[in-house]
Amino acid sequence: MQEPLLTISNLVTEFDTDEGRVRAVDNISFSINPGETLGIVGESGCGKSVTAQSIMRLLPQPMGQIVGGQILFQGRDLVGLSIAEMQKVRGARIGMVFQEPMTALNPVHTIGRQLTEGILLHKPITKDQAIREAIVMLDKVGIPSPDIRMTEYPHQLSGGMRQRVVIAMALACQPSLLIADEPTTALDVTIQAQILELIKELQNQMGMAVMLITHDLGVIAETCSSVVVMYAGKIAEKGSVYDVFDRPTHPYTRGLLESIPRLDTPPKSKLTIIPGMVPGLLDLPKGCRFENRCRYRKDGCTVAPPQIDTVAPGHEVSCYEWRDLKANTVAIDVVVGSGDSTTYKMSAIA
Amino acid sequence: MSVIPLATSSVAPLLQVRDLKMHFPVKEGIFMRTGKFNKAVDGVSFDIMPGETLGLVGESGCGKSTLGRCIARLYQPTAGTVDFGGTDISRLGRKALLPFRRDIQMIFQDPMESLNSRHTVGQILEEPFIVHNIGDKQFRQTRVKELLNVVGLPARSVTRYPFEFSGGQRQRIGIARSIALNPKLIICDEPVSALDVSIQSQILNLLIDLQKEFNLSYLFIAHDLAVVKHISDRIAIMYLGKIVETGDGESIYRTARHPYTQSLISAIPVPDPHHKSQRQVLVGDVPSPINPPSGCAFHTRCPKVMDVCHTATPALTTDRQPVSCHLYPS
Repeated sequence: MQEPLLTISNLVTEFDTDEGRVRAVDNISFSINPGETLGIVGESGCGKSVTAQSIMRLLPQPMGQIVGGQILFQGRDLVGLSIAEMQKVRGARIGMVFQEPMTALNPVHTIGRQLTEGILLHKPITKDQAIREAIVMLDKVGIPSPDIRMTEYPHQLSGGMRQRVVIAMALACQPSLLIADEPTTALDVTIQAQILELIKELQNQMGMAVMLITHDLGVIAETCSSVVVMYAGKIAEKGSVYDVFDRPTHPYTRGLLESIPRLDTPPKSKLTIIPGMVPGLLDLPKGCRFENRCRYRKDGCTVAPPQIDTVAPGHEVSCYEWRDLKANTVAIDVVVGSGDSTTYKMSAIA
Repeated sequence: MSVIPLATSSVAPLLQVRDLKMHFPVKEGIFMRTGKFNKAVDGVSFDIMPGETLGLVGESGCGKSTLGRCIARLYQPTAGTVDFGGTDISRLGRKALLPFRRDIQMIFQDPMESLNSRHTVGQILEEPFIVHNIGDKQFRQTRVKELLNVVGLPARSVTRYPFEFSGGQRQRIGIARSIALNPKLIICDEPVSALDVSIQSQILNLLIDLQKEFNLSYLFIAHDLAVVKHISDRIAIMYLGKIVETGDGESIYRTARHPYTQSLISAIPVPDPHHKSQRQVLVGDVPSPINPPSGCAFHTRCPKVMDVCHTATPALTTDRQPVSCHLYPS
């Protein structure tokens, strides 16, 4: 079997807040293979960005702290690395793209200066060579007349172009892992399509793995091979995209998939909802974290958190009731999938 | 000027917008002279029937929010008419507008910014009644409790402040305020785009329920076509200040005619790993409305561009699914 590129085991990350210590990421484990695209999906506050920050060791200081677990990247545990050692990993071997490109770029420096700075930091080459590499990189991410863009400032570019520059910066040193935290959330849908296409293309060219963090299940389904569904700091379900989208096993995953309006659902029909809202990290339920919103809750769910269970090889879920749920999956699928459009087609005929 | 025909109906439209324009002056140079205009909305016409939802879709900067604000008369439009229930409100002054302010309400994207953080929820919901001088204190307080109940918030919320609520609950407060005076038309400007997926569906369901209960009309502005299609009876697609296509949601989705609508639909990621997308990825960005391209404004990005598109501006067709594109001669 292939050795994973990144293996996270039992990661726990905590934050000091005014109201007390909160556990933003609670005992999560997953791995990414070389060249693979893994999606992390969840709602705000589920810990998906904190996971990324933990890997990059970029947690807000001094509040954020990794208090347990391992982050094995190419055989080394990133948790124990010194600041200097970590700087050699960041940018060179793990690149990162954030949601808002304007905050990732320095407004008072030219694009060229910001790009070459990163290249010079990690590669033993001259400034002229770095400039040439930067121009090649800008060309690769589809920026027209890259030599002119090198002398321009971030504000002179559109949102989509800025995100291309950030991607160029993240990939300038050919990292083996790219972490993209909501890279297209701030962009329009036509620009989002451009950027996702670009990431896919560059991934094929350069063979890097991608960890894509998003709240958009559509983006996950289209770009990822496997997916981790997070809820309130824990992993609810993980598996291949086919496992999770075709056979959603955790009630939360099912709820999410049922609640999004799709282009083929009949207009003004009642959307299935997940009642209530995500619990605050300060007053988490004692048992399963989804217990207070779950329509399949049994008494046992409120006592202790469920362990991760294997549904099928590679498909894991953290739920006490998944076996019972799976028994009636077929019935549910009819409601979620073809059922709606069939009903709709029938009403269209009538 | 072409007028979008309506589905056959004997009922008079609630809102008739004709050739609406909103041009913002762009100040330049050290003397702040007005040299150019940002033509945010540039000749838009449509109708909304009582109880109907018109969805307005477009990318950022296409003028969809400006259009909503012109109809709510938060802006004074540069030209054109906004006929609401038989009166042209596009030129009315502050006093004359007051009764119409009751009938046309707005819901905004970020409820944290549109709710006064120093007022309790009770004060926020009571204010519309005070402004319009309706009822005594006791009536107002009963009505506030009713409103909270309608939008699904507990009555004890009255003494709480907006920051004590989650994003979805704050949007419920914003909705309660908008329906306080029994309006006829609510302009919803990206009401669910700041909310989490599981909360979005709650708010969409609430808006659909309220529409049925109070026979409300919505102008639903959003960039997410799937959300807009779910809630709308008809959809208008906007590009650079103009409506490029309208039709009922189903036709827009299944038989989109304008190349822009087609690419917009194909760009939406589908939450199904088996779905094979035939994506038309548009090149480039939306041009600036200060300096729009000649001819058809979409010709710089259009995958089906022809010679005529560079020079001549297409007019909206007058059939059931009006479209402004040279591929469909009117």
